[in-house]
Amino acid sequence: MLDTRLPRYKVLRDREECIQCDKCIDACANGVHARDKKRGRLVADSLKCVNCQRCVFVCPTRALAITRWPQVDSGSANWTLSYMQDIAKQAQTGGVLLDSMGNPEPYPIYWDHLLLNASQVTNPSIDPLREPMETRVLLGSRPGMLKVNERAHTLVSAMPPQLRLDVPVMFAAMSFGSISLNAQRALALAAERLGTYFNTGEGGMHRSLERYRDCAIVQVASGRFGVDPHYLNAGAAIEVKVGQGAKPGIGGHLPGEKITQEVSRTRMIPEGTDALSPAPHHDVYSIEDLRQLIFSLKEVTRYEKPILVKIAAVHNAAAIASGMARAGADIIVIDGFRGGTGAAPKRIRDNVGIPIELALASVDQRLRDEGIRSTVSIVAGGTMRSSADVVRAIALGADAVYVGSAALIAFGCHQCGDCKSGRCNWGIATQREQLTQRLDPEEAAERLVNVMTAWNHEIKEMMGGMGINAIDSLRGNRLMLRGVGLNEKELDILGVYHAGE
Amino acid sequence: MGKRLLREGDVRIPSGCAIAGIIDRSGCRHDGTDILTSIALMHDRGNGLGGGFAAYGIYPEYAELYALHIMYESHEARAETEAYLDRYFMSEKQERIPTDAVASIQSAPDIWRYFVAPHPMRLNMSGLDELEYTMRHVFHINGHIDGAFVASSGKNMGAFKGVGYPEDIGAFYRIQDYEAWAWTAHGRFPTNTPGWWGGAHPFTLLNWSVVHNGEISSYDANRRYVEQFGYDCRLQTDTEVITYLFDFLVRRHGFSQKMAAHIMTASSWDEIDSLGPDEAAFETALRATYSSALVNGPFSVIVGSDEGLLALNDRLKLRALMVAEKGSMTYLASEQAAIEVVCPDAENVRSIEGGVPFVVQLDEVARAKAAASAENRPQKQTFKHEVGVLPKDIKEAYHHA
Amino acid sequence: MTTDMGNVQVTLGTEHFREANEKVRAALAEHDVIELRNVFAQRYLGCALPAGKRLEIYGTPGNDMACYLDGGVIEVFGNAQDQIGNTMNGGEVVVHGRCGDAAGYAMRGGRIFVRDDSGWRCGIHMKQFEETCPTLVIGGDAGSFLGEYMAGGIIVLLGHAGDYLATGMHGGVIYLRFPLSDDAVAEGLVQSSVDARDAEIIDELLGVYWAHFQDELDASFSWDASSFYKLTPATASPYAGMYAG
Repeated sequence: MLDTRLPRYKVLRDREECIQCDKCIDACANGVHARDKKRGRLVADSLKCVNCQRCVFVCPTRALAITRWPQVDSGSANWTLSYMQDIAKQAQTGGVLLDSMGNPEPYPIYWDHLLLNASQVTNPSIDPLREPMETRVLLGSRPGMLKVNERAHTLVSAMPPQLRLDVPVMFAAMSFGSISLNAQRALALAAERLGTYFNTGEGGMHRSLERYRDCAIVQVASGRFGVDPHYLNAGAAIEVKVGQGAKPGIGGHLPGEKITQEVSRTRMIPEGTDALSPAPHHDVYSIEDLRQLIFSLKEVTRYEKPILVKIAAVHNAAAIASGMARAGADIIVIDGFRGGTGAAPKRIRDNVGIPIELALASVDQRLRDEGIRSTVSIVAGGTMRSSADVVRAIALGADAVYVGSAALIAFGCHQCGDCKSGRCNWGIATQREQLTQRLDPEEAAERLVNVMTAWNHEIKEMMGGMGINAIDSLRGNRLMLRGVGLNEKELDILGVYHAGE
Repeated sequence: MGKRLLREGDVRIPSGCAIAGIIDRSGCRHDGTDILTSIALMHDRGNGLGGGFAAYGIYPEYAELYALHIMYESHEARAETEAYLDRYFMSEKQERIPTDAVASIQSAPDIWRYFVAPHPMRLNMSGLDELEYTMRHVFHINGHIDGAFVASSGKNMGAFKGVGYPEDIGAFYRIQDYEAWAWTAHGRFPTNTPGWWGGAHPFTLLNWSVVHNGEISSYDANRRYVEQFGYDCRLQTDTEVITYLFDFLVRRHGFSQKMAAHIMTASSWDEIDSLGPDEAAFETALRATYSSALVNGPFSVIVGSDEGLLALNDRLKLRALMVAEKGSMTYLASEQAAIEVVCPDAENVRSIEGGVPFVVQLDEVARAKAAASAENRPQKQTFKHEVGVLPKDIKEAYHHA
Repeated sequence: MTTDMGNVQVTLGTEHFREANEKVRAALAEHDVIELRNVFAQRYLGCALPAGKRLEIYGTPGNDMACYLDGGVIEVFGNAQDQIGNTMNGGEVVVHGRCGDAAGYAMRGGRIFVRDDSGWRCGIHMKQFEETCPTLVIGGDAGSFLGEYMAGGIIVLLGHAGDYLATGMHGGVIYLRFPLSDDAVAEGLVQSSVDARDAEIIDELLGVYWAHFQDELDASFSWDASSFYKLTPATASPYAGMYAG
C-alpha cells in the first residue's frame, strides 16, 4: 500500500554556495545527505530530516537551510496536517505514537502573561553591580520553630540537612541512557562550578561521576535502576521520582539498543535488555506508603541527606503536595506539563497534566493555608526558558527551579524532538560513540556555566529593580507580579492582580 | 457622585515618614511635651495626612487591664462593638477619650477607651492564652465591624493617632496631659489616602506599637508568611506586617526582641561565610528557618513594648535614624536636630547602623533578662515536619499494657 | 542490650523505628550477630545490613525489612509484613512463616526464603546483573502479580500462583511445581518443562529451603525437581513493536 507519511521538513541546498565538501553527509546520523554518484552532486532525503540543524551549522559555506515541508493541508482547522499525519503513521505501523522533548501544543504559557514590578520613588531600586545582592538558596525542611541559645549563639534544636545553591537553578533529572555520559558529565561540571546540583535521573551514577558527589542528586524511580546503598549515599540528596511533567501517570521505557555496556553497568542491568520503569512505585500505592519509602531512604543515609519528591503537575497537585510534606519530603518538586522527556507517548505528553505556573501557585497557597509552607522547600520545573521565568516562578512561591531543556539547548540541542531515535546529531540524547564524542564535556559545561552566570546576573538585576537584595524576599512575593490578558479565575489561582490594579 | 476613595486595607498605599521615640530607662514618667516638640520639628517629612503617638505607662491605675482605644465612625458601630466587648470581655471602665478642638483637624471619629479583662469562662473555653484571645477579638472588631477600629489594645499603654500633622494630632488628644516612661511618634507622608483615621500610625497590637519610615519591598513575602499563622494583614501596610513579625517571633517563638530584629535583618551570606563553623551554622539555621521573615527594602522602625524601645534600620541602611542619650534618657529620631531640640546636651549622638538592632530596656526589665535563660521558650509547638518517635502518651500506654 | 547464653539481645517492644534502628545499629557496631526480641512493626530492620552481620528477629518486624540489604543475613522467627527485601542488593532473608505484599521488589541480588505463603505482587521488577542473581523461594501459595515486570533472577514457587503471574516479564525465570493452564500463561511468556540445568538449580535452592525449615515442615515434604515447569519470557524487549516514532 502507498505510504502516506510526508516529510516534515525540506532541506534547501544553495547550489551556488555548496563546495561539495561532504561535511553534511558526516554530520547526519539520519542519513539525510548523500552523494549521487551518477549525477555527481549532493542530494537530500527530506523524509529523514528531523530539523536538528546540525548540518546547517557544520556547513562551511552556509549553503544549507531547513524549511517546513511546503505541502498545504485541507484548510480545515479541525483536520490539520499534523493530525492526519499522525493517523497515517499509525495506519502504517499500528504503534503508540512516541515523541520527545516538551509539549509543543499552543496551550497558554502563563509566564508570558505575568509582568514584573520595579521600584520608582517610594523605594529605591538597588544596583547589583555595586550593592550586595544575594541569590543563595537553601533547600530542605525546616523546623516550624527554631530553638536556640541566644547568648551562646548555638542551636538547641537540630537543623535538618540542607542543600546550598549559589544560583536558584538546578539541573533536572536526565539519566545516563536517555542522555550521553558526556552530556551528564557536562551537567556535573557546570553544577560544580556554579555551586548547584545536577540530577542523575533514574539510571544510576556512572562511576566516573562519583567525584561530583557533592553536587549530585541521585534519583530513585520505580525501576530502581542502579539503586543500592552505595548509590544512595553517593550524592548530596536523593530524589524520589513519582512522576514527570512530560508523562504523568506512566513509567519509562529505555529500549534495549540504548543499553550499551556502560549504561548497563551503571543501571546494573544486562546489556541490550529493555529498561522498563513501572508506572507506579510498587511500594507506594498510597500516601502513607510514600512516608515509608522516604524514611527508608532517610534510614539508609542516616538522616544526613534531604529527600526530594518529584511529582508531575496534575489536577490535584496541591493536595498531593500537602500530603508529601506531611509524609516527610524535605523538598517538593513539581514538574509542569511542558517539561521535556527523552521519550514519551505523544498523546500523554500533549494531553495530560497542567501548566507549572498554575500548579506551583496552588501548591504554594495550599501549603500556606495549612500553615506548613515554611517547613518545606518547593522546586518548580517544566519549563523555565529564561531568567525572567525563574524570577516569576520564585515570586509565585518556588524556592528554586529545575531546568532541563534549557541546559540541553546550551549544549547545542535544537529541540528537534527526536531524542527517542537515539540518533542525536549533537551527541546529547544518544549512546552512539561516533555521536557522543561530538559533545566535549568541558566545552558544553562552559556554555552552560555562561548561560547560568548570565541568568543569575539578570535575576539580580530584576531583583534590584524591585528593591530586593535577597532572594528570600522574592519568594512568594506575588505583589511583584501583575497579570496581563488573564481572566478573573486565572488571576485568582495565580494570586496576582491584573496589570493596572 | 464620585467613587469612595480606597482606604488602607482596600489598597496598598506607600508612604514616607518621620519617626521619633523617647524613653526613660528608670521608669520615671514624662508628659508628651518633648515628643511633640521633637516630631513637630520634622514637619516637612509628613504631609498632614497622618500623625500619632504611642505612650507606655499612662494608665498605672488600670495596669492589669487591656486598655482598648477604639475609633467609631458611627453610632451603630459603637453599639455593635460594645455589645461584642460585653460578650467577650469584662469592662472595668469605659469613657470617651478627652480631646480638644483643633482648627486643622477635621472629621474626627468618636474615640473611646475601655479597660477590660477577658471574660474568664470564655477565655477558658477558647483554649487560647490571654494575649492570643485578646488579639483574635481585636482582629474580629477590625475586620468585621464596619466603622469600628481598635487603635490600641495593650496594657498600661495607648495609641493616639489620626489624620493631620502630628503636632495637631498631639494637641487634639491633649497628650501633654499623659505621663509615660516611653513615647513614640509618627508623622506620615502617604502618597495618597482618603484620610481614614485608622490608617494613621503608630500601628499597635497588644503591647506592641510600631512607627516606621520607608517602604519595604519584601511586603508580600512577609505578609504571606505571617498569614500562615493567623495574622490578618487587613491594612496592607508595612508597619502592620512588621508588627506581626515581631509578635510572631517574640511572643510565639519566644525570641528576645533583639534576636527577632536580627532575624528580620539577617546577616549577609558574606558575613556568615566568614564566621567559624558553629556560629555559621547558627546563623544559617536562622536564615533558613526564618527566610520569609527577612525584611527587605528601605525601612527604619521604632518598636515600643512593655520592655522598652527597639530601633532597627534595614540591612543597607537606606533610611536615617539617630540615637542619643542623656542620663537615663534615650532619644531616637529620623533627624538629629529632632533630638537636640528637646535635649541640647545629649550625648553619644550616633546613627542606628544598618541591620544592627538597637535595644533600650527599662532597667528592671534588663536586670530580669540578664538573670533569665538564654534559650527561647516557644509559646506552643507548631507543625513538626518529622515525627521521630511515637507520642509519649501512646508509648506509655503500650508499656503499661 | 542484654547478653543471654552468648547471643546479644536487643528488645524493641513498641519503640519507634527511628530509635529502634539506632539501637540495632549501635549493637551491630559491636557484635556480628544480634537477636531482636519482642519486635512489633518497627520498619526498616536490617536496612542496608552488610555482609558478615546477622539479625535474628522474634516477633513481627515492620514493613521494608531488609531494604537495600547489602550482604547481611536476616532470619525472622514469625511472619513478615510487606515489602521485605525492597531493592535488596545481596544477602539472605529467611522467614519462618508468611510474608506480605511486594516482597523482593526491584531486588537485584541475594536470596529470600519464605516458608509459607506470600502476599500479592512479590518479586516485581526483580533484575539481575553480572554475577548477582536475585532469588525468591516461596514455600506456599503466592498472591497475584507474582514476578510482574520481572527483568532477571529466579523465583521458585512451591504452591499455587495467583492471577496475572509474571505479566510484563522480560528476563529471568520462574520455576513452578504446578504447571499453569495454557490460558493462564501471560502473553509473551513461554511455559516449558525444566531441563537438567534447571533441575540442578531447583535442587540447590530447595536444599537450602529444606535446611532452613526442616524442623517446621510436614514430614512428607519432598520434591522432584525434574517434574517442575518453568516460565520464561519469549523476548527481552516485550514492547519493541508497540511504538511508532
